[in-house]
Amino acid sequence: MDFLNAFVALSNFVLVPAIAYGSQLALGALGVTLIYGILRFSNFAHGDTMAFGAMTTILVTWWMQSVGISFGPLPTALLALPFGMLGCMALLLITDRTVYRFYREQKAKPVILVIVSMGVMFIMNGLVRFIIGPDDQRFGDGERFIISAREFRDLTGLREGLAIKTSQGITVITAIIVVALLFWFLNRTRTGKSMRAYSDNEDLALLSGINPERVVMYTWLIVAALATVAGVLYGLDKSFKPFTYFQLLLPIFAAAIVGGLGSPLGAIAGGFVIAFSEVMITYAWRKVANYILPEELQPDGLVQLLSTDYKFAVSFVILLIVLLFRPTGLFRGKAV
Amino acid sequence: MNDALKNVGLFALVGALIIATGIGQSWNSALLILNMGLISAIMALGVNLQWGFAGLFNVGVMGFVALGGLAAVLIAMPPTTEAWAAGGTGVILALLMGAATIVAAIMVMKRLPAGRARTLAMLAVLIGGFVLYRAVFDPAVEAVEAVNPAATGYLGGLGLPVLIAWPIGGVLAAGVAWLIGKTALGLRSDYLAIATLGIAEIIISVLKNEDWLARGVKNVIGIPRPVPREIDLQNDPSFVERAVDLGLNPVTASSLYVKLGYSILFLVVLLILLWLAQKALNSPWGRMMRAIRDNEVAAEAMGKDVTARHLQIFILGSAVCGIAGAMMTTLDGQLTPGTYQPLRFTFLVWVMVIVGGSGNNFGAVLGGFLIWFLWVQVEPMGLFVIQTLTAGLADGSALKEHLLDSAAHMRLLTMGVILLLVLRFSPRGLIPER
Repeated sequence: MDFLNAFVALSNFVLVPAIAYGSQLALGALGVTLIYGILRFSNFAHGDTMAFGAMTTILVTWWMQSVGISFGPLPTALLALPFGMLGCMALLLITDRTVYRFYREQKAKPVILVIVSMGVMFIMNGLVRFIIGPDDQRFGDGERFIISAREFRDLTGLREGLAIKTSQGITVITAIIVVALLFWFLNRTRTGKSMRAYSDNEDLALLSGINPERVVMYTWLIVAALATVAGVLYGLDKSFKPFTYFQLLLPIFAAAIVGGLGSPLGAIAGGFVIAFSEVMITYAWRKVANYILPEELQPDGLVQLLSTDYKFAVSFVILLIVLLFRPTGLFRGKAV
Repeated sequence: MNDALKNVGLFALVGALIIATGIGQSWNSALLILNMGLISAIMALGVNLQWGFAGLFNVGVMGFVALGGLAAVLIAMPPTTEAWAAGGTGVILALLMGAATIVAAIMVMKRLPAGRARTLAMLAVLIGGFVLYRAVFDPAVEAVEAVNPAATGYLGGLGLPVLIAWPIGGVLAAGVAWLIGKTALGLRSDYLAIATLGIAEIIISVLKNEDWLARGVKNVIGIPRPVPREIDLQNDPSFVERAVDLGLNPVTASSLYVKLGYSILFLVVLLILLWLAQKALNSPWGRMMRAIRDNEVAAEAMGKDVTARHLQIFILGSAVCGIAGAMMTTLDGQLTPGTYQPLRFTFLVWVMVIVGGSGNNFGAVLGGFLIWFLWVQVEPMGLFVIQTLTAGLADGSALKEHLLDSAAHMRLLTMGVILLLVLRFSPRGLIPER
């Protein structure tokens, strides 16, 4: 029985939040990794792309809420999501036209493109703050919990409760659908295959008649969709604040790199590695330990490896450790 | 000759902008811009050393700047003797034990043959070391932080003159850069960039959370200054008399006097570093660096030790950023770890280097002044533009209110636009590399 209580406590404080956070990171890291694989640079503007997509979705959500459209128990933001994606796609295509294409034609060094993406980051960051302001925005509605701690306790008779937020459930389900769609697209469709071919060997792909501009365009469209989904899910789960999204860049990069840049599977694995290590290293294990250990072995302290304030630093420590032993990530990513 | 004239003209233009601020707004704000411009120029010199000379992509500038700031606290603040008595030795002992654990783990890795036994031995050393370290560290830290937490609650510094903190800030940053370089410089291109970005974040989290070290987010205030205090000047009859003779209000005069004092100190540091950087650039060493930057493979074939040279310049550039960080904390008179943000302390410095001209020390310095000036002045300018544009809208209309509120965010937008425009139309910057 105590083992069950320990497991429920672990799920409530570690497994469920880490799975949700991991899915959000994985979606973000997929975008970063696709850009790295196909356009061959690290996009520093990705966090702010997510913020822009989420912001567009929030604006549409607010409009829908004001005219009385709702999605029943689910958040209205899910209905607004396609519009957010369209807005984000437009932004990225315009950015590519006006900014990145020039350097592609020049065959500029990848590191120049990274610096260019810094400029784009500044602009997008400013744009989002200009439109929606720097403050916290809440836009979630519908049911708050799939199951609350009290309901769970009443239902099972256990001492520990398990709460699952609607946003966490939606995050995981949406992430599974999006990832399945993405892999189907990359592996089964003609465009997807040409994208992979272009990523593996640019010259060979060009020889076989693949139009690079089309590949680039599809990449941006997919990246926009992924970034918007990731941004909206994160916003629903936590809250929307432009600065937080800029900061998300760091764990997202950590996830993409831990997995190996350019490898979609790696990005997903990396997202969960980062999320789980963040949550587990900063979690106070006393409660779980008290349930499973015999009385005399129970710890007095919190059994916390690092204080929660270090959450942010943990992803980098993991990143550094992985890079020390595997310089291009777990799934052997590329290096341009 | 023509180039030299253009460069002098560019510097004169920035000077004129600052003087115009003095005439149009106030000399106080002009000197503020000048002082931070001097510090920014030094940071830009540091980044230029790494990127312009050697092509090293370091996005961890913020971390080194913060380390310099830490040095100012550790050197100049008076020691908290009670806290030292309570837990000082424990903290030091724990840190030594932590370092010993890492050394032991590395030894295990190097000595034992690869395999499961080695992995297990390493894990055992690391975990055992960590548990021991925490066992000594936690009570010591608790004891230190319990000593008068509202005012001190940290070990304090050495109580030495604050000017010593400037070179020490450089040394501290150099030491950490050595550690990072040893581990991270083997990484490829973008992996290195992200690693440095992450390390900067780790340094900031340590500064924010290790209260025994520098009070964390409670901030250290009242760091001693290398120049007199305004209030002392105002109470000094001879100073007041001279100010009145010059036709100045003594209060204004004292604040100008202090700021000018800082300007002179900063200018001296900038000139020394600039002279050194020029010497380095035009030496065989500088040519070798640029050769490595332009073609690593060829340089390696010529027998140059690329990794060692990269490590060298990574340390030098980071040290310069550390010096600038110590100077900035001295100017502020306080260490506020919460204010270190990558947008301001990493990416903005990069904009300075790129806009000024990477590979050219004068370019980096110019970029430092110009971009800092814009960073400060774009906000009022943006507000003015928006006020003009929205003049036609009715007062109190939602759109007008929103636009006026948002004007402050114009500065990020402007910096991005400037960076992109320079990269597109003048990719070598305002003062290109010769």
